[in-house]
Amino acid sequence: MGKDPQSSSRRTFYQRIIYGVSSLIAASLTVPAVGYLFPSRRKGNAAKGWTDAGDVSALPLNEPRELAFQRKRVDGWKTSIERATAWVVRTEGELIAFSPRCTHLGCGYHWETDSDRFVCPCHTSGFSMTGEVLEGPAPRPLDRFETRTEGNRLWLGRVRPIPENGGQ
Amino acid sequence: MRDLIRRILDWVDHRTGFETAVKNFLYEDIPASSGWHQVFGSVALFLFFVQAFTGVLLAFNYAPQPGDAYHSLQYIVTQITGGRLIRGLHHWGSSLMVVVVGLHMVQVALWGAYKKPREATWILGVLLLLLVLAFGLTGYLLPWDNRAYWATVVTIQIAGLVPLFGEYILEFLGGAEGVGVSTFTRFYTLHVLMLPALTVLLMMLHIHLVRKHGVTPSPRAIGQPKKKFYPGQAFKDLMAFFAVFILLFVLAATVDVPLEGLADPSDSTYVPRPEWYFLFLFQMLKFFEGRWEVVGAVILPTLAVLALLAVPFLDRAKVKRIRQRTLAFAVVGVVLAGWLALTVAADLTTPEPVASARETGPAVADWRLLTPVELAGRAFFQREKCAGCHNLAEGEPKMGPTLATVTHRKSAEWLMGHFKNPSEAVPGSPMPAKTISDDESACLAAFVLKLTPGNAAALEVVPDYAMRGAVIYHESQCSACHLVNGSGEESGPPLNGVGQRRTAEWLEEHFRDPQKFDPQSVMPPYDFPADDMAAIVAYMQALPPELQ
Repeated sequence: MGKDPQSSSRRTFYQRIIYGVSSLIAASLTVPAVGYLFPSRRKGNAAKGWTDAGDVSALPLNEPRELAFQRKRVDGWKTSIERATAWVVRTEGELIAFSPRCTHLGCGYHWETDSDRFVCPCHTSGFSMTGEVLEGPAPRPLDRFETRTEGNRLWLGRVRPIPENGGQ
Repeated sequence: MRDLIRRILDWVDHRTGFETAVKNFLYEDIPASSGWHQVFGSVALFLFFVQAFTGVLLAFNYAPQPGDAYHSLQYIVTQITGGRLIRGLHHWGSSLMVVVVGLHMVQVALWGAYKKPREATWILGVLLLLLVLAFGLTGYLLPWDNRAYWATVVTIQIAGLVPLFGEYILEFLGGAEGVGVSTFTRFYTLHVLMLPALTVLLMMLHIHLVRKHGVTPSPRAIGQPKKKFYPGQAFKDLMAFFAVFILLFVLAATVDVPLEGLADPSDSTYVPRPEWYFLFLFQMLKFFEGRWEVVGAVILPTLAVLALLAVPFLDRAKVKRIRQRTLAFAVVGVVLAGWLALTVAADLTTPEPVASARETGPAVADWRLLTPVELAGRAFFQREKCAGCHNLAEGEPKMGPTLATVTHRKSAEWLMGHFKNPSEAVPGSPMPAKTISDDESACLAAFVLKLTPGNAAALEVVPDYAMRGAVIYHESQCSACHLVNGSGEESGPPLNGVGQRRTAEWLEEHFRDPQKFDPQSVMPPYDFPADDMAAIVAYMQALPPELQ
């Protein structure tokens, strides 16, 4: 069959259809796949609620304390109650709640009474009582929770600013 | 630019032979008689790629554990962009795969393409058919819904019927102790690791043999000049892919694949159904009873597979034109008719699921009509934050089942066991165990049993004072002497309507000092704290005058 005079134009026709249709099939599979693998998080699922972090009436002035509390966490298909913490300090005039992650690479830091600063053991970033960077590689001050008090109880909202992907 | 691309391609080809290999593949000689009837093998290959692609995507968001599997799939289909579509493609792709592989076999059988020297190609094809069915069987369990669970229970039972090896097969499938975590993990591993690897291997061998022996020519085409696979036949193959893909896409986008409730081993009302392509086996089992069961379940299917494998050795006649292959047509026709008849019969004779009654007594749609025990249960429902995962009535889906529409009957004992150890009653249940007292647990069970689709919405809103009052009433064992809403003893006065007869002050004073009002009263004094007192007094006042 192959060698009639029209074979060249028929061949071009076949090729065009083959390229077109295979691209169409590939696109119909990859477009949903991209949406699937990089889902735009549907609103309402993110942790946006307020969490009761406990009684802060006994919190002394200018002495950071780590508060442990339970909060709801939505992670993919799982909603769980997990233990969470926040560093809370009562300064003159305001009550600050820091996210317990160093702003450098997300390690947990602690308060050192001797040197009067928050110290991250990973890469020795140091932060003041109000979260400013004193030393080390941390790129920005400690992140803070939105806070609200009801009576003696401290309620925590979102952490802001929220680093993209937890700073990874 | 074109020059640069050429040079890069030449460089790659020189080192890998890739371009040459692709060209060899595309410019394969095929007989002049090749045409539309020979597209099915390629379509099966195409579908395999679609299955692999969608399967990997599903695995990205799927948690292979009973319970979690269900919830992650629910998450995929309700929360993730394109999730429903991708699951649909994978589900319907498996059905289409069975259809296409079936058509491929029928074509090969009708044209006699299994004849010498292509016996091995045919045998590999039969093995690939079995792999496709194994994919279907193992994949069916993975959603871990009721349908998956019960269908697999049946599968496992049948596997256990195999003479001599039944026990070992059961052991291998993790089904010796019934379907649970072990079976699930085995099925999962088979489905995503072993079967794909085996299939790729056998497909490569199958395609290798097809190329080694060439596409089967019709007798007339022997001696005629050959043509190239590309682009003529490639175009036909691709058109067939496209047609199947459109069908698949439309099915996936428009027909919802069911995801039933979480697998529930205690649901005795469930009628398990296999996937449509296994219905004929399901139906055949009905003809064999007692000790003959093994004939329908194991012996006949095995003989059928052996017969398929033996086809090229049974039919050794010379290659004939398709129009002269009347016997082949007859045999294929009889097999298909038999398959169709069994499938239709199975479909027609499957009973509708039994709508089971719940043992609840009259359905009340007002919390005022609940007994104090039930209302206390409602309070514990609140206290234990059950509503975090369970809806009472249909609403925005939550992780756990909606309690009013869990239609199958549960006993109070079952429920109490479930509260204490959820995953024992429902394997894979993510529900946390509740450390509540047996007494509280019994209240909770009484409340849950009271729920029906009709009253659940009304029972979602109960004032706090009523729940608190009911808990106090229950804990103070008031029902040892008093009757409320038909529940309790009658040595003391019934309390329905007490709110109409007495004021709040009177009730409060009476709790503190019953003898002040009636020196003969045997009721002990209850000096509740102020909050509790307010709650129980308000609860007493809210009680309806009398039971309707």
